[in-house]
Amino acid sequence: MNFIPNSTDQRQEMLQRIGAKSVGELFSDVPENVTLQRPLDIPAGLPEQQLVRHVRGLAGRNADLDAYLSFLGAGAYEHYIPSFVNQLLLRSEFYTAYTPYQPEISQGTLTAIYEFQTMVCELTGMDVANASMYDGASALAEAGLMACDSTRRNQVIVSQTIHPEHREVIRTYLYGRNVEILEIPYANGVTDLTTLEKLISSKTAAVLVQNPNFFGSIEDGASLARLAHAAGALFVVSVNPVSLGLLKAPGDYGADIVVGEGQPFGNPVSFGGPYLGFMACKEKYMRRMPGRIVGSTLDRNGKRAFVLTLQAREQHIRREKATSNICSNEALCAMAFTMHLSALGKEGIGKLSRLNLQKAHYAAERIAALPGFQLAFPVPYFNEFVIKTSLEPAKVNAELLKDRILGGLDLGRFFPELQNHMLFCVTETKSKSDIDRLVSRLEGLR
Amino acid sequence: MNPTNLKYTKEHEWVKIEGNKAVIGITDHAQHALGDVVFVELPQAGDSVEAGKPFGVVESVKAVSDIYAPLSGAVTAVNEALLDSPETVNKDAFGEAWMVEVEIADPAQLEDLMDAAQYEAFLQEGEQ
Amino acid sequence: MRGPEPTIFELSAPGRAGMDLPELDVPALEVSDLVPEGMVRQAAPELPQVAEGDIVRHYTRLSNLNHGVDTGFYPLGSCTMKYNPKVNEDMARLPGFASSHPYQPEELSQGSLELMYELQRYLAEITGMDRITLQPAAGAHGEMTGILIVKAYHAHRGDKKRTKVIVPDSAHGTNPATAALCGFETVQVKSNERGGVDLEALKAAANEETAALMLTNPNTLGLFDENIKEIADIIHAAGGLVYYDGANANAIMGIARPGDMGFDVVHLNLHKTFSTPHGGGGPGSGPVGVKEFLAPYLPRPTVEKNYAGEFFLEFDKPHSIGKVRSFYGNFGVAVKAYTYIRAIGGEGLKEVSENAVLNANYLMAVLREHYYLPFDRYCKHEFIITPKNFKEQRVHTLDIAKRLLDFGYHPPTIYFPLIVEEAMMIEPTESESKETLDQFAQALIEIAGEIKENPQQVMDAPHTTVVSRLDEAAAARKPNVRWKKTS
Repeated sequence: MNFIPNSTDQRQEMLQRIGAKSVGELFSDVPENVTLQRPLDIPAGLPEQQLVRHVRGLAGRNADLDAYLSFLGAGAYEHYIPSFVNQLLLRSEFYTAYTPYQPEISQGTLTAIYEFQTMVCELTGMDVANASMYDGASALAEAGLMACDSTRRNQVIVSQTIHPEHREVIRTYLYGRNVEILEIPYANGVTDLTTLEKLISSKTAAVLVQNPNFFGSIEDGASLARLAHAAGALFVVSVNPVSLGLLKAPGDYGADIVVGEGQPFGNPVSFGGPYLGFMACKEKYMRRMPGRIVGSTLDRNGKRAFVLTLQAREQHIRREKATSNICSNEALCAMAFTMHLSALGKEGIGKLSRLNLQKAHYAAERIAALPGFQLAFPVPYFNEFVIKTSLEPAKVNAELLKDRILGGLDLGRFFPELQNHMLFCVTETKSKSDIDRLVSRLEGLR
Repeated sequence: MNPTNLKYTKEHEWVKIEGNKAVIGITDHAQHALGDVVFVELPQAGDSVEAGKPFGVVESVKAVSDIYAPLSGAVTAVNEALLDSPETVNKDAFGEAWMVEVEIADPAQLEDLMDAAQYEAFLQEGEQ
Repeated sequence: MRGPEPTIFELSAPGRAGMDLPELDVPALEVSDLVPEGMVRQAAPELPQVAEGDIVRHYTRLSNLNHGVDTGFYPLGSCTMKYNPKVNEDMARLPGFASSHPYQPEELSQGSLELMYELQRYLAEITGMDRITLQPAAGAHGEMTGILIVKAYHAHRGDKKRTKVIVPDSAHGTNPATAALCGFETVQVKSNERGGVDLEALKAAANEETAALMLTNPNTLGLFDENIKEIADIIHAAGGLVYYDGANANAIMGIARPGDMGFDVVHLNLHKTFSTPHGGGGPGSGPVGVKEFLAPYLPRPTVEKNYAGEFFLEFDKPHSIGKVRSFYGNFGVAVKAYTYIRAIGGEGLKEVSENAVLNANYLMAVLREHYYLPFDRYCKHEFIITPKNFKEQRVHTLDIAKRLLDFGYHPPTIYFPLIVEEAMMIEPTESESKETLDQFAQALIEIAGEIKENPQQVMDAPHTTVVSRLDEAAAARKPNVRWKKTS
């Protein structure tokens, strides 16, 4: 199936109108020495029936969270998404549209993005938000660059309690622009304020932290903000939006730019993507913000309508002087985020946050009560926590797998000093009996 | 159409000499080419600007342009009102939409500027 | 009847909710014992309070205000708005893909890893490159990845003078923006009268400071650069690398390959060439391909296969540029592209490009008597016309674009490329029938007639859309980018 409607006769007719003898003639400008002289070495096309069978076969070789009980988080979170979200995302007027450059026939996408921006502002306590970024990691990296542009400084300080993959993305982005990076170690599972105080200077453009951080721990936002601002640096916070039904909005403890991974709302874990990053900031940094922004305005008849705005920041106008090279967002993922949050609403978001908090604490305390297991860090946490084990995590997880349980993430993979440490995540999707099943499996391990 | 009491640059800035000070803006031709101006970014009083180097930015809906300093010197005044009503640039480019006032550091630089007739000839050239 | 739709916030009323949550089934602890006082939120975020039915109706109505490929013809140049097969959507939503965690064990992710591995192999074959990464989330993200690979390559060789990236004046805005993001200065070279790169200008620009040339071929004028080999040779002779912007790859699949043209790095857009939907601005996917000598610099992890036929993720890549995104890229988009390639097969890909080019040339042939054609030669998958012949009537490209809305079409890309005044860039794609092309051409011909007889009709357009032209200046002057309750 090649999805081409024209018949052979029609193609002949078209060639006649063009005045060409063959389709080959249309390619006469392709020099002989670059023309491919053989067919592509790609299997022949499959009828849909066989295609579906083949792809299902591949999917069937994966574990999925419907069949396995998972305690994995670490940047990809399992939450219950209401059925209607997926059905609305399948409205093909949404998903087969391009970027809303023609506002008169794109009010659907534009209105939804305006709603998305509003929700991001509400959650984060910021004045303005953009239409979304590729993911939480790239949003954080772009926030670092934005801070360098805003302060005209060329160094960022990054806490080691930020997701290791996000830190790696920051390093890649900042390598491009030759920005210096200083990393701050952690103490007791949170950013070490003493080292931060020593390293920060008038060269520092921004302090980047994650809260709750990679270990699930809740950072001391206000103290971090104070240290950043005392040096004239911006304070950039990456948040898990699910926590914001319960935890203070970063804007209320001094953040200048807030970013985060938006996947937990509306988007399945999907082997790591597609996700969406969100980005919000104080009004005075708005014109330095990368990415699309939707604004409200009026049409010629005085009707309210929405449109892409502040486009002069962007690459198609400013070219090499643009705030970023980004020229898309993750619109459909942002829509999923918006729909899920609409369903939760003002009351539901708080309840969801509290369910996550309570269940994680129940699980942590029960696990830590087992011999050979203990909570690694004596600090407050949200829906993830670190357990120190006397057994190798690989062994623990292999045992759990026998009962179709995906255990915690082996932290030794990212932190050499955290061998025998595991990061567990417990969201509202885990019932008490799920948690008890995990605990009873761990209990028998030697 | 281009006032004869002003001097002009090839980047479409105008300069009004007042003693040892120069008031700077962009020309009517420039605002017309940009279209609806939506944002103006200017330096602060006390900053210094350098002849031929950008000191500010004008943005329209579909375009953006640097504003180049016709002369070097220290900025003595800035038209803050433009920040709130950038549309003034479209309405009165040669008057109310002045941008900065600069203390002239090197009067010799005035020699490099065009008068109104030269600027008009320069615009004519561009049309062809 | 369609009318403007309020925002979801304006539908809110206290006490409503759109979903239930389970009751807490573990012993409740005091929140104040768990969260430090200073970190507890005092006021709930002002999210809307709406019932499920209200939400569904709201977004269904919003969808009715959108134009998608499924609604009608979408000849947006350089965006390849082809039909998005429905089976792709089903496949990406299979639980084995959609509900699989990126950190679950590799032995329990063999299906996903095999899919990525095979897709990389197909894309390598299509482009003539040796290795592919699926990590970049969009075309511009792929550009960044590719140019950082170039930067790492030169740096690793100790070649520190290479600070400049050359782009032709017809380039997408992302090219110079990418160069800047990667710390390079941009050098622009002009196009010749055939619409290709001016070789003399290129020779003058290429030197020991050249890190790379970024080139789209067919270029943004829809024209294949006949001197492509010479272009690559000039840059290579100067010690630079040649980067292929794959935005227009839909024109050349199975016909010519960037790898054979001399390119060292390419990016593709799965959401253009490989039928994955654009989603109203994303998610996309911008895989990057490189020749073998650049493979060490690819982002990590790469997907590999061992002798036992098992797939695994390779993180041990000391020269890698690192990561450009968390995890492994927009995997769900990769599933759709894989499904598409398996549906149409190798031969089908060639048919796609042949028909995309046939459709574009046909439409150009029908329209050439009615609009100005700045480059009169066979085009590839897209072409440019302008209303230069209507200068007298003072009708602009924007007016024609808006008038097309009244005929039920999405307009072409307008005012791009910048080197053609008042450009309208038309890309019909292969998935449109001759009938659709004829109807669209008829609409443009009718508009040409209106311009001569009643230009005001065109200048006031659109007349039938839910909103008329917007005051974009007001939106940018006093930005209102979030909803607020008015008391």
